[in-house]
Amino acid sequence: MESQSQVLERLRTAFESRVTIPEKFRRTQLTNLMSMIKDNEEQIVNALHKDLTKPKFEAILSEVEIVMNELHCALSNLTSWMQPEYVSKNLATKLDECFVRREPLGVVLIIGPWNYPMQLLIVPLIGAIAAGNCVVIKPSEVSAATDNLITELIPKYLSKDCYAVVRGGAKETQALLKNRFDHIFYTGSQAVARVVLQAAAVHLTPVTLELGGKCPCLIYGRVNATAAAHRLVWSKFFNAGQSCVAPDYVLCSKATCDALVPALRQVLEDFYGSDIQKSPDMSRIVTPKHWTRLMGLLNRTKGKVVVGGEHDEKDRYIAPTVVVDVAEDDALMEEEIFGPILPILTIESLEESIKLTKTKEKPLAFYVFSDESSVVKKVLENSSSGGFCSNDGIVHMALPGLPFGGVGNSGFGHYHGHWGFEAFSHQRAVMLRGWALEKLNALRYPPYSDEKLSWLRWTTSPKSCSIILYQTEVLEVMCQVLFEKFLPF
Amino acid sequence: MSREQQAVARARKAFETGRSKSVEYRINQLKNLQRLFSERQKEIAAAIKKDLNKTEVGAQFYETLGLEGEISLFIKNLKEWAAPRHVKKNLLTMSDTVYIHPEPLGVVLVIGAWNYPWAVTIRPLIGAIAAGNAAVVKPSEVCVHTSKVMEDLLPIYIDKELYPVVTGGVPETQELLRQKFDHIFYTGNSTVGKVIMEAAAKHLTPVTLELGGKSPCYIDKNCDISIACRRVTWGKYSNCGQTCIAPDYILCEPSIQNRVIEEVKKCIKEFYTDNPKTCPDYGRIINQRHFKRVMAMLEDSNIAVGGENDESDCYIAPTVLRDVKPEAKVMQEEIFGPLLPILPVSSLDEAIKLINKGEKPLALYVFSPDNKVIERMRDETSSGGFLANDCLVHYSVSALPFGGVGNSGIGCYHGKFSFDRLSHLRGCLVKKLKMEGVNDMRYPPHTLKKLGWARFFILNTVDVGWVGRMALLAALVMVAAVVIQVI
Repeated sequence: MESQSQVLERLRTAFESRVTIPEKFRRTQLTNLMSMIKDNEEQIVNALHKDLTKPKFEAILSEVEIVMNELHCALSNLTSWMQPEYVSKNLATKLDECFVRREPLGVVLIIGPWNYPMQLLIVPLIGAIAAGNCVVIKPSEVSAATDNLITELIPKYLSKDCYAVVRGGAKETQALLKNRFDHIFYTGSQAVARVVLQAAAVHLTPVTLELGGKCPCLIYGRVNATAAAHRLVWSKFFNAGQSCVAPDYVLCSKATCDALVPALRQVLEDFYGSDIQKSPDMSRIVTPKHWTRLMGLLNRTKGKVVVGGEHDEKDRYIAPTVVVDVAEDDALMEEEIFGPILPILTIESLEESIKLTKTKEKPLAFYVFSDESSVVKKVLENSSSGGFCSNDGIVHMALPGLPFGGVGNSGFGHYHGHWGFEAFSHQRAVMLRGWALEKLNALRYPPYSDEKLSWLRWTTSPKSCSIILYQTEVLEVMCQVLFEKFLPF
Repeated sequence: MSREQQAVARARKAFETGRSKSVEYRINQLKNLQRLFSERQKEIAAAIKKDLNKTEVGAQFYETLGLEGEISLFIKNLKEWAAPRHVKKNLLTMSDTVYIHPEPLGVVLVIGAWNYPWAVTIRPLIGAIAAGNAAVVKPSEVCVHTSKVMEDLLPIYIDKELYPVVTGGVPETQELLRQKFDHIFYTGNSTVGKVIMEAAAKHLTPVTLELGGKSPCYIDKNCDISIACRRVTWGKYSNCGQTCIAPDYILCEPSIQNRVIEEVKKCIKEFYTDNPKTCPDYGRIINQRHFKRVMAMLEDSNIAVGGENDESDCYIAPTVLRDVKPEAKVMQEEIFGPLLPILPVSSLDEAIKLINKGEKPLALYVFSPDNKVIERMRDETSSGGFLANDCLVHYSVSALPFGGVGNSGIGCYHGKFSFDRLSHLRGCLVKKLKMEGVNDMRYPPHTLKKLGWARFFILNTVDVGWVGRMALLAALVMVAAVVIQVI
């Protein structure tokens, strides 16, 4: 079995041979990745079911289709993404070629989490491949069945020289992090993120951190409680609440809470039936450790459980649970819940609610439900979060045009679609100058003088008197030639 | 509370008042900064003269001219850059509003360097202000006089609570680094860069690191050597070689080495006279410590031009070294001084190999009339920026991103890149609580039929004009009506 350093050496040699540079190679790899997903959809769904009891519907939507969508996006746009981007110039550089070239970084590391073990590993991988890098892929060992499947499939479909899966737990990951990478993409918790950053600092490695946080959900003003309840239940209890962008807690007035709770209860029954544990559409908690953690929170809460609360340790099952009369310092408000428990804090005014969210770390997503656009606007403008969605949850993630990422404690950097390509590229500034117009260049050479400086100000500024001349390229070229002829130096 | 803690706390409080949110406020601050440069040139120039022996014209050209241009660019474009940026939607979100909302990060720390103290300290500050942040400015203590001028003048012109200047050396910087920032922007060397990144790790703070490296300069034997050497001489000896993107060393074939030396010698004389020591346009090494560092590099080298020096004046003459080998002392670290080593290489292949053995530099230069040579050099190497047939000037094009890769840095800035780098680009989806029937397909209980619809609607992106959008919307409504009936 190959050691970690052997794997890295192999990938680095492959990168230095420049095999990943041509568009054709990247396209082939992305197409193969697409085949990998298509050919093995059933195995993927089964593995996810083993790991998280993920319903087939959720698995297809959030782990297969979203990945396919990203692949389609990359394959359709790769050519344009790889094109040099020409930029505007000042008068002194008009005859030069100035553009930005996207270049691969080298050998990158992607560390995936366990909650969406396919999506959150493969979507970054798509960006890394499209950008021309070699990639070390580290799936989460917690979602063991998916880890096994990925380890088996990747070498079957992708170039073994350029992409390698490295497995293991905390010890193996720490050893892996001692190596030098050209970028590290980490999805997971803040605690581990600090370890990743410290390891990256040793080599000055740039990092993308996709973390989490407590995503607030404010419900104020005129609200269609039934519609809101549908969307809230769907986004909260999808994957049994184990989503980095799940609405973590609700803030609303007492009246809204009173209208909301029965609506939530009804929707839960509509979705999962009267015996939720028997519904095939409800996931389970990933490990006994997390189950215990969540039950601990529920046991310590000083709020009142008004919906759910049922649990089964052997089945790692916790019913979708709603807790009201939750105070700011409650156990459920200590950390990101990451489970099917929805605390509702009753705060009469929108302003007070906004104030409360400001005392907390910036989350990955921020939600507001309201039929009043003024309420939505107020929340948007008085909050900070990775992303923002009004009157729904999670779905903003499915739009590849939006950069997906955190801010503050919820992370930095972003990806999806073109953003993924950029995250794994170096934007290299390229300028190709000519040999002519050396006299114009003379303005900058010593001996320095005030007169030269004034000419320079004019030619290097992108504005003012040059505006009229900018109208045609011909006039601009003439201008430069005139400089050449009539400069007094 | 320490002085540093106080400054950061005050800046955060000022940020939380929300006054830097409005674009008008930010533009006003930038206009005030503009006034600083138009009104205080004399004081700025006097301090730079003391620190780096630049003339007033030199100071303007290399430091403040670029800043004035940058501020004008920002004032002109800020409204557009700060506005919501609309993006592609999918079929299901066609009637929703989807956009990117640029927002401030919060409190940014800007740590400046000493070589172009105004340029590298204020340019990131411009980006920070424009993006709506508060910014703690920490000028380099090495340029003693300039940092004092910054401390005195900035609070007079710009909001002194939002943008405090904190001066000091290593202990003060360490104290600053213990505080929580929303972004740290550092210009300097990679050793300190690592320290900054480690400190940032504790608070999960993103960083921009503008570092350096040995920027190679390849001169093709077929090029116009006279022009090439003029441009290289200018790029190398400006600011006495203390430029992060100065051509660090030359690679060329042995057959042109003598010619290169001759031409550079000619240009040195043309720019700096026979006695650069008395020429007002030639600078000095910043301090004795750096003087000793640079002089030590000469130990095992062959001096072809220059070599004269005067420790008491921190003066080192424009110097060229010949027949330098990769193992030489002068090739072990970034020179950051007026020594120009020439390493003879037998071919472009050898040059590329040598370059790739080293760390990725901040800039890479190639002088050649042959596009194929330029393309090969560009394609087979990596560097922050790449410039063919000149030195330094890519820095002046605001539309080009300026930054490093690998050991030469993380992130980039200048112009819009500064704005984006110091903003949070927040993805926003603004929906209404209507059309709930359409959402039905994603709700449990799950059926295969629903799955089929969901696959189609949720995950296909659309990019059509208004008419197309309306047509699709109508079709969607009709389909939704059918779907609702069917499910």
